Amino acid sequence: MALKIVKGSIDRMFDKNLQDLVRGIRNHKEDEAKYISTCIDEIKQELKQDNIAVKANAVCKLTYLQMLGYDVSWAAFNIVEVMSSSKFTYKRIGYLAASQCFHESTDVIMLTTNQIRKDLSSPNQYDTGVALTGLSCFVTPDLARDLANDIMTLMSHTKPYIRKKAVLIMYKVFLKYPESLRPAFPRLKEKLEDPDPGVQSAAVNVICELARRNPKNYLSLAPLFFKLMTSSTNNWVLIKIIKLFGALTPLEPRLGKKLIEPLTNLIHSTSAMSLLYECVNTVIAVLISLSSGMPNHSASIQLCVQKLRILIEDSDQNLKYLGLLAMSKILKTHPKSVQSHKDLILQCLDDKDESIRLRALDLLYGMVSKKNLMEIVKKLMLHVDKAEGTTYRDELLTKIIDICSQSNYQYITNFEWYISILVELTRLEGTRHGHLIASQMLDVAIRVKAIRAFAVAQMATLLDNAHLLTGNTQRNGICEVLYAAAWICGEFSEHLEDPLSTLEAMLRPKVATLPGHIQAVYVQNAAKLFATVLRGQEGAPADRTVAQETSQLLIDRLPLFVQSANLEVQERASCILQLVKYIQKLQQKDVEVAEEVTALFAGELNPVAPKAQKKVPVPEGLDLDAWINEPPSESESEDEGRKPKGKAVFAKEESKHTKPRYTEVDEKELAKRREVRKAEQANNPFYIKASPSSQKVYQDGVGVEHIPVVQIDLSVPLKVPDQYVKLEEERRQKDKADKKKKDKKKRREKGEKGRRRKGDSGPESEEDITPAHMVDITTEEMPENALPSDDDEKDPNDPHKALDIDLDKPLADSEKKLPVRTHRPDEVLRSPVDDGEGVEVVPELKKKSGKEKKDKKKDKDRKKSKEEKKKKKHKHEEGENLMGAGSEVPVQSEDSNEVAAPPPATTTNEASDLDFWLSNAPVPSNPQEAAKVSEAPSASTPEAVSGMAVVPPDSEPEEAKDTEPEDTKSSKHKKKKQKKEKEEKEKKKKKKHHHHHHHSDGAGDESVQNGNVEEEEPLPPMSNYALLAENSYIKMMCDIQGNLQDGSQVVVSVIFENKCDSFIKAMEFNVLDSLNSKLQRPEGAGPHDGLTVPFQLPPGISNEARFVFSVQSIVMPQKLKGTLTFIVKTDDSSTHEKLDFKLHFTCTSYLITTPCYSDAYAKLLESGDLKGSSLKLEGVSQPFHHLLARICFHHHFSVVERIGSCASMYSRSIQGHHVCLLVKTADQTVSIDAKCDEPGLLGNVLDEIKLTFSQC
Amino acid sequence: MIKAILIFNNHGKPRLSKFYEHYSEDTEQQIIRETFHLVSKRDENVCNFLEGGMLIGGSENKLIYRHYATLYFVFCVDSSESELGILDLIQVFVETLDKCFENVCELDLIFHVDKVHNILAEMVMGGMVLETNMNEIITQVDAQNKMEKSEFSSFFSLYRRLSFSLPGRTGRHRLVLQVPLLVPCLP
Repeated sequence: MALKIVKGSIDRMFDKNLQDLVRGIRNHKEDEAKYISTCIDEIKQELKQDNIAVKANAVCKLTYLQMLGYDVSWAAFNIVEVMSSSKFTYKRIGYLAASQCFHESTDVIMLTTNQIRKDLSSPNQYDTGVALTGLSCFVTPDLARDLANDIMTLMSHTKPYIRKKAVLIMYKVFLKYPESLRPAFPRLKEKLEDPDPGVQSAAVNVICELARRNPKNYLSLAPLFFKLMTSSTNNWVLIKIIKLFGALTPLEPRLGKKLIEPLTNLIHSTSAMSLLYECVNTVIAVLISLSSGMPNHSASIQLCVQKLRILIEDSDQNLKYLGLLAMSKILKTHPKSVQSHKDLILQCLDDKDESIRLRALDLLYGMVSKKNLMEIVKKLMLHVDKAEGTTYRDELLTKIIDICSQSNYQYITNFEWYISILVELTRLEGTRHGHLIASQMLDVAIRVKAIRAFAVAQMATLLDNAHLLTGNTQRNGICEVLYAAAWICGEFSEHLEDPLSTLEAMLRPKVATLPGHIQAVYVQNAAKLFATVLRGQEGAPADRTVAQETSQLLIDRLPLFVQSANLEVQERASCILQLVKYIQKLQQKDVEVAEEVTALFAGELNPVAPKAQKKVPVPEGLDLDAWINEPPSESESEDEGRKPKGKAVFAKEESKHTKPRYTEVDEKELAKRREVRKAEQANNPFYIKASPSSQKVYQDGVGVEHIPVVQIDLSVPLKVPDQYVKLEEERRQKDKADKKKKDKKKRREKGEKGRRRKGDSGPESEEDITPAHMVDITTEEMPENALPSDDDEKDPNDPHKALDIDLDKPLADSEKKLPVRTHRPDEVLRSPVDDGEGVEVVPELKKKSGKEKKDKKKDKDRKKSKEEKKKKKHKHEEGENLMGAGSEVPVQSEDSNEVAAPPPATTTNEASDLDFWLSNAPVPSNPQEAAKVSEAPSASTPEAVSGMAVVPPDSEPEEAKDTEPEDTKSSKHKKKKQKKEKEEKEKKKKKKHHHHHHHSDGAGDESVQNGNVEEEEPLPPMSNYALLAENSYIKMMCDIQGNLQDGSQVVVSVIFENKCDSFIKAMEFNVLDSLNSKLQRPEGAGPHDGLTVPFQLPPGISNEARFVFSVQSIVMPQKLKGTLTFIVKTDDSSTHEKLDFKLHFTCTSYLITTPCYSDAYAKLLESGDLKGSSLKLEGVSQPFHHLLARICFHHHFSVVERIGSCASMYSRSIQGHHVCLLVKTADQTVSIDAKCDEPGLLGNVLDEIKLTFSQC
Repeated sequence: MIKAILIFNNHGKPRLSKFYEHYSEDTEQQIIRETFHLVSKRDENVCNFLEGGMLIGGSENKLIYRHYATLYFVFCVDSSESELGILDLIQVFVETLDKCFENVCELDLIFHVDKVHNILAEMVMGGMVLETNMNEIITQVDAQNKMEKSEFSSFFSLYRRLSFSLPGRTGRHRLVLQVPLLVPCLP
């Protein structure tokens, strides 16, 4: 056996390895393919051997060949074999090969599941790493489903190397298995605060990627990201976050306001261009989202434009490119600020770099006006001539057309000029955009009546010179313009000077080489021309021979088309041929036929809006889903087409009117049918009739004399656009002269025009330029009663659509594990505090607002959502909205309850309270920072209306007073209300809904999640800010939380509310330190110095500040005495005041809500490290889920599992002690068995729980 | 997201291709050819971004490339990546290769494409940037190579020595790494 191995190994020495293969290929340059095929044969031999080393070598070579474009999927099974080798070396080769050539339809993938799972749990981190890397490239929905749990476990691996890979791969898992997103999300979120920067960056990466596709689900993470943004120094992370904010701000304008300042700071301070650029980009996004209302709005734009100009002027082409790119974003909303840099942008058009020219082109689009359109297009035409490379030329072409046709040809004043530009463009060789030019020609000719004569002349010339265009027919798309030319000449043939010669041009034998659909148009329009020719000649009987010659011409030429391979051409040609033959017979009998022939093509065609069909309203009483006939029995067929679909119905409707086909039709019958059809059309609401409305208005409304007329020699063939520029100049001069005379009339005309053209908002001077032709552009016809609808249908195949999942809903028990195997109906815990996401929220300040009354109605049919809570309420609404328990409790008793409130409940993360966060100035998380940070100028605009807490800027207190009289008035009112906030928590949730309407339409889609709460009894109201102290001037509410990052810190958030009518300033917060707990003071401050509160309070305003305390032992609760000193400033005097308070650090405040998975929980209990204790509560009458919610909320626990009237709960202290509770209830008695590794802490926590329940 | 990473030389010969979305082999070759066609005709001193056009997923994507001596490094990315960031990433990649191969040149990539793949796998995973810190990348790559070595008995190491000493290091021209840093490097 051993010998065999050795022998195999020796054999191997004679195998080619990868290097030999590469060298071999390099030495066989002439017959590379042949050499490789012999190599593949060798590889096939090697793969048949038992030796895994040989196989691995073969697979390694295959990977190389795959890169060269050889299909190696036949070796997929061997690759799996190599992957499952126990040696890392081979395993890595196997996974690499798999990652290069496996994909969803590789069938052997399903064999790999167990192997991958084994590797994921390998003790060797590199086995795991290699498996994760490989998996990231070929994960399938099946693999994702089967391995999601394993990967989720790896997210908490001890090695950061594995953690970061596991976090990253989750994105791929989510894409393939969207159900995993919700259960995995809490853990993913946790990783945002991972100690390892690599893991953190990976988590940011994944969440940014997710949020980019479905931003609204990630709004609630904004505060967390904000914190990361202000604290991180990793530019990679910063860039990602800033990009993410760019995606979030459109949904939440208040976020933008909050961002502006830190971003502006970054712009000023950073030296990394990449970061600077992303900041500018996001500021732009913010400015776009804030339509108005920013005081320093224009300053920010100026800053951006100015920075971008610096980038564009930089010699580094990369920066230039990016500068232009960002500029184009500003252009959309603030064209004026960009237009002043026109010089710079035109300069960029001459850049040698194509990418930069393209970007500059984009910008030009937004910069044109009536005045400079011709100039700009002229410049572009020059570039078209010079351009090498079809891509850039095509791009130029589309840009020219885009620029000219934008907003309904708003900037075109002379359509003759435009037509000649289009004709000029047809000279481009090898462009792909023939159809684009063609459709422009058609569009202009149809919609601008005045131009038709000119257009027809030009088109006739084009047709005559068709051979120039079709030189190399098939491969270039420019012959498409002949389609337009032929149609225009035919349809508007009455304008043709010499229809006969055009007809002749259209029937040249060369035409047969054109694409079928163009030939078809040729044939059809030849018939139209024929009709025109006949009519023109019948007036003069002397020329009868000419008419007959024309018929003969058709009869001679048409058979060529009858033989066409294209059905459409053939059909039309044979039909028309027979018709002409018949006409010829009549002509020989001297019968007048012109009238009848002309009648064939009578009627005018109007443009139809592209969406017209979709907008046809469903007629009343028509049920599109109803069966027309009895459905066929199930067994008969499984055809998917059984159900009639909406569109199909209409299509059928239409087909009713199509006539049966005959190859030969006689004139009479044709006429008869036409009559019938006309009658049908008249009665058919779906048929778009030639409505005289728009054109008539145009002709009657503006007298013919007012249409500026241009004198142009129509006989001139292809013209250089310059001529038109000159003519246009002359015309404008003339107009100006005329204008004085006809001033009055002109004004009338302008009114007319203004009505007809939307968005005609050029500067005053532009209005002076009257267009040469009135543009009948407004109406693309729509069916009557068209339904207004937005059809921004999303691509149903977008994989990201499946990830549009509400992540803020607390996880149901059944979701905590992956894959979802069972469901426990009715066991969904309704606590808002479940996974730390739905943490209850602090109502802070409410104001009375008249608007709310209006909102009441909305309230009734609202859905509910919990992602944000709001802080406003109104007495009127209370009465209406009270439901269940809330209404039964008299307000008075609630009040007293509040005074003796349980230890201030805290939240694990401030992120939960997005609204709260958004409505406040950024509050630094420690006092050092707080002292430094100047007060952020927070917004005082729309919030004031709906009653958000507002912090007016430092500098303008007086103004703030003026703008918010309501606040002042209602401040007393507020105070009372604040006490009642408890009972109103329920309602807040509901009101939140219309609150949304106030602030963000974007966040419209709310979850229905809380709907269930209503069905059962509502949760008792809870608040986590407790009264700290108050006097007649000021009130302090506080909330104490453990610091997640630092086990020895506690953060106290204090809301200061100004209750008096005076201005409060110079607040100083001081606490008498104890041995165990100390207030953290800035460096250099003495141990007894107070901390300056970093803001001032105008009357009726509240704001929050945070103070950090360091604690040593967390086993015992503590009380700290403190004082707040401040100056009350009235108009004429100012007084020093102070307020004493007692900060109560309960043991609960050292606990942090931490989600725990039941498997980990079980392990923890089994470990035996925990000591037990228990507690019995008698006479608890509240429902079990209320009880749980209370414990969760007030004591920072999370429910691990709940079964019936029994639940296990978990929490963790800031110093990492585990606290486990088992809560059971029976007959008003609640027993709590608790375990913790620190008995002292546990005892105190239990006491506090007891206190909580004794109070309710 | 990074959609693809391509390395090819001045003649369009692929030296490494990594697609983070699946394409058939033919499509991959076509993409490489087209990309080469687009990139190779650009001057040295023009910007390093190219709108991808028809390539990989359409107009949302961009090609971001750098040209070092005989090789083009091209990243195809979508709009969620920072353009300048990716440029820096390419620089980190090349510098890492330089450290791992000691004065990297095209020949190293030709003969050791598997190693290049392994290095790349420590930087980019499934199209997302995994690590940007060069020292961290090198530590992990080295640790894995060490493990690979320890797995072989003396017999195998003889074989390996034979096989690895083969490609001659004569006549190789260094990749010029002193391409001026056009943008300040990210940390």
